[in-house]
Amino acid sequence: MTTSTEALVPRLREVCGPGNVITDPLELRTYECDGLTSHRSVPALAVLPGAASEVASVVATCAAAGVPFVARGSGTGLSGGALPREDGVLIVMSRMRSVIEIDPVSRRAVVEPGVTNLSVSKAAAPFGLFYAPDPSSQVVCSVGGNVAENSGGAHCLKHGFTVHHVTGLEIVTPAGELTWLGDGTGVASGYDLVGAFTGSEGTLGIVTKIVVKLMPLPEVVHTLLAAYATTAEGGRAVSDIIAAGIVPAAIEMMDALSIEAAEAAVHCNYPAGAGAVLIVELDGPASEVEAELSVVRAICEAAGATEIRAADDPAQRAVIWAGRKSAFAAVGRISPSFIVQDGVVPRTSLGAVLARIASLSSEAGIRVANVFHAGDGNLHPLVLYDDAIPGQEAAAEEVSGQILDACLEAGGSITGEHGVGVDKSRYMPKMFTSADLDTMQLVRCAFDPANLCNPGKIFPTPRLCGEVPGRRRAPHPAVAAGQAEIF
Amino acid sequence: MDTERTVVPAIRDALVAACPVVRSADSAADAIAGVVPSFVAFPASTQEASALLRAAAAFDLAVVPRGTGTGLGWGPPPSACDLVIDLQAMDQVIEHAAGDLVARVQAGATIGHLASVLGSAGQELALDVPADATVGGVVATGTTGPRRFRYGAPRDLLIGITIVRADGVVAHSGGKVVKNVAGYDLGKLFSGSQGTLGLITEATFRLHPRPAAVAWVTADYGPSSLGAVASAVASAAGSALVPSAVELAWSAAFLRMGVLLEGSESGVAERSGRMAELVASAGGTPVVARSEVPFRWFDLVPAAGAPAVVVRVSFWVSRLPGVLEALAAAGASAGVEPVVSGPAGAGVLYACLEPGVREEDAARFVLVLRDALAVPAGSGPRGSVAVLAAPPAVMKAAGAFGPVPGAALMRSIKDQFDPGHRMFPGRLGGS
Repeated sequence: MTTSTEALVPRLREVCGPGNVITDPLELRTYECDGLTSHRSVPALAVLPGAASEVASVVATCAAAGVPFVARGSGTGLSGGALPREDGVLIVMSRMRSVIEIDPVSRRAVVEPGVTNLSVSKAAAPFGLFYAPDPSSQVVCSVGGNVAENSGGAHCLKHGFTVHHVTGLEIVTPAGELTWLGDGTGVASGYDLVGAFTGSEGTLGIVTKIVVKLMPLPEVVHTLLAAYATTAEGGRAVSDIIAAGIVPAAIEMMDALSIEAAEAAVHCNYPAGAGAVLIVELDGPASEVEAELSVVRAICEAAGATEIRAADDPAQRAVIWAGRKSAFAAVGRISPSFIVQDGVVPRTSLGAVLARIASLSSEAGIRVANVFHAGDGNLHPLVLYDDAIPGQEAAAEEVSGQILDACLEAGGSITGEHGVGVDKSRYMPKMFTSADLDTMQLVRCAFDPANLCNPGKIFPTPRLCGEVPGRRRAPHPAVAAGQAEIF
Repeated sequence: MDTERTVVPAIRDALVAACPVVRSADSAADAIAGVVPSFVAFPASTQEASALLRAAAAFDLAVVPRGTGTGLGWGPPPSACDLVIDLQAMDQVIEHAAGDLVARVQAGATIGHLASVLGSAGQELALDVPADATVGGVVATGTTGPRRFRYGAPRDLLIGITIVRADGVVAHSGGKVVKNVAGYDLGKLFSGSQGTLGLITEATFRLHPRPAAVAWVTADYGPSSLGAVASAVASAAGSALVPSAVELAWSAAFLRMGVLLEGSESGVAERSGRMAELVASAGGTPVVARSEVPFRWFDLVPAAGAPAVVVRVSFWVSRLPGVLEALAAAGASAGVEPVVSGPAGAGVLYACLEPGVREEDAARFVLVLRDALAVPAGSGPRGSVAVLAAPPAVMKAAGAFGPVPGAALMRSIKDQFDPGHRMFPGRLGGS
């Protein structure tokens, strides 16, 4: 612990209670990384506030002392977005985990940031409602973390990302002030701060309450699995489904290597010998889904499917999804270590980019398993390596970077849902000009001019904010009228 | 100081050097609510727009971006305007990647032009906005229509943006893939920013396939059956039949709700039948009908002209009965008869007051309504009452927004993006 962080301990104990301030080095090591374990850093201290007012006091205390702070939800992030600072305070939100309110008629819920994603849907289920964004980690990941990362999930193809489902936020600003953003309904008076904040990776403040939309549970859900000899054939089916004017809830694909891993891990019993497996899920009113299902089935067959399975009850659907959902963890069965990438390409470039990945893989002698959200072009190449073999980790890193280059060349993005964090900030200049990054950081300067809130994330080079004197041309009528609403 | 003879020619020269097509403003055609600019420039590219804004910065000019001007009269007039930057020369659909359901468009392209390009591939930008409005204007004003219920606002469909800052720097965010979380999303910030943060020159959108079939289910009520119509709106909006719009229209003479269903021929036929039953069973004795004709509130109003005052009310749908009562009470208190319409199922209604309304009555209507819908201190915000269009005296007396959560942060953002406060000064509740 540095001197400046040590000096904060008495005040933080006063704010959060003595048991909720962690200073023991061994205990602090629990928090040294998030879901991206290749980056580690032990925080100087960690606090677990129990209420929004406590978060505000903790942040105000850090801000006054010039100490950096990082918020952490469940720690499932895959880009090191919650990587602590050795010279800073880690603010762990896991004690703030109540579903404060569900209004079924308005289809809205108000939740605390530490609430897990799935528990929102569970709380809404008795009302026939659910919370749509469903990242694969939804059993453990927190809604606060989802807001920070603008999390997606398999079903965001149809239902959108976190930002489409958040209609209001209460935050603690980097100066330690508690404020609401938005009017709670998703309509902005003035600038859309809810939209600007969502996906800012914890760099613009700490969210303390979240108003989310709930959606009516679909009448029916049909899941269809189609096996192909190659990913190219599966890719043709994907293009044809979209061209037919159908927007499925999800379209997922796995290649031979990831199928092999999933079989080893969860015995998902996918069609033997398949070079690719396509999973298409359709949800909605029964009459629409049944019409779509017959079209999708015909398209899948025409694209050369060797086998098609369909399921419409939850247990059977879970069997189809088992292999896909286990894929990341499953590659542990076929490789000691791996890097998960999150690049995105335009859907129509999927085939070309997959071919490029295959050639990069064979040139480098590094195996790459492909599991991806085919409907929206979000690839999750799993770059496999053995850290016991000298040079392999570096080679895997190299391939990993080349895959992102291929995504950018195709007109895509370096990250579809995992965020930039510390992991991909070095790739940002490949996707954005320095003027782009400078302009984005104007937002950062507006929220956090002292650069204390999760510093070192997203942007490869911080911008000096400086004082910006606002020069008004004339007093606005509302000011003259004594209204305190100008901005 | 002889500014007319020395400074004005220098400004003109600088503007012309930046962008060949510059003219002196026409005191009638180019005035914005009586404020007459000095120059109007027509950039043909983002580069020209950038050079223009650099020149404007050098001469400390107040700048107003303009498309076809359909929304310019909404909101407060500029407190100053030296230069109008008219985007209509940038009117191209740059790229329509049909297989990716994505289109990249110059800001000055009209919604109608974009629709015709997309329509040839059976696709659309799922916003119900005027065909003569420009893409940039729609994004800058955040304009929405009935299908806000299902598809959201421009910000929800915008996946990439190119802007020119007040200092002339060109910046992008997002891209041309739908799923993308790299960097801050400037598109969200510029959506609805009314030209006060910078100039939008290009936008990239997520598209949707055009539905094969559409149907409206409408229900007419006696104008006092507020409880029944609110119940029907909530039932429709909460149903698993996946409506695309849940609208309400209400005046002294009529009370109607309508639900839009989109999908396949057979699906829409089946769903609209079930929706009609659902609406009929929600209470009251409505006359329920099915139609392919779009449900538009202004078709219900004889000789509807442009309203003088438009007030946006947003709310949680469970409060709809109270909102309707508050609208009636505020109307009675102020002696006005608002025509109320909008995507009620999405928690938004617009109350329009007709031309000729007395300014003090209009202001009173807003203030009484705002007071009635205020939530107790301590609970989070549950909606807002905003004046979108009104004579300046009404804006002044009522305030455009009332208290705005996060106003201090908005001020900081404005100061960062436009430290000289030269971009559409006065437009967004501030100067």
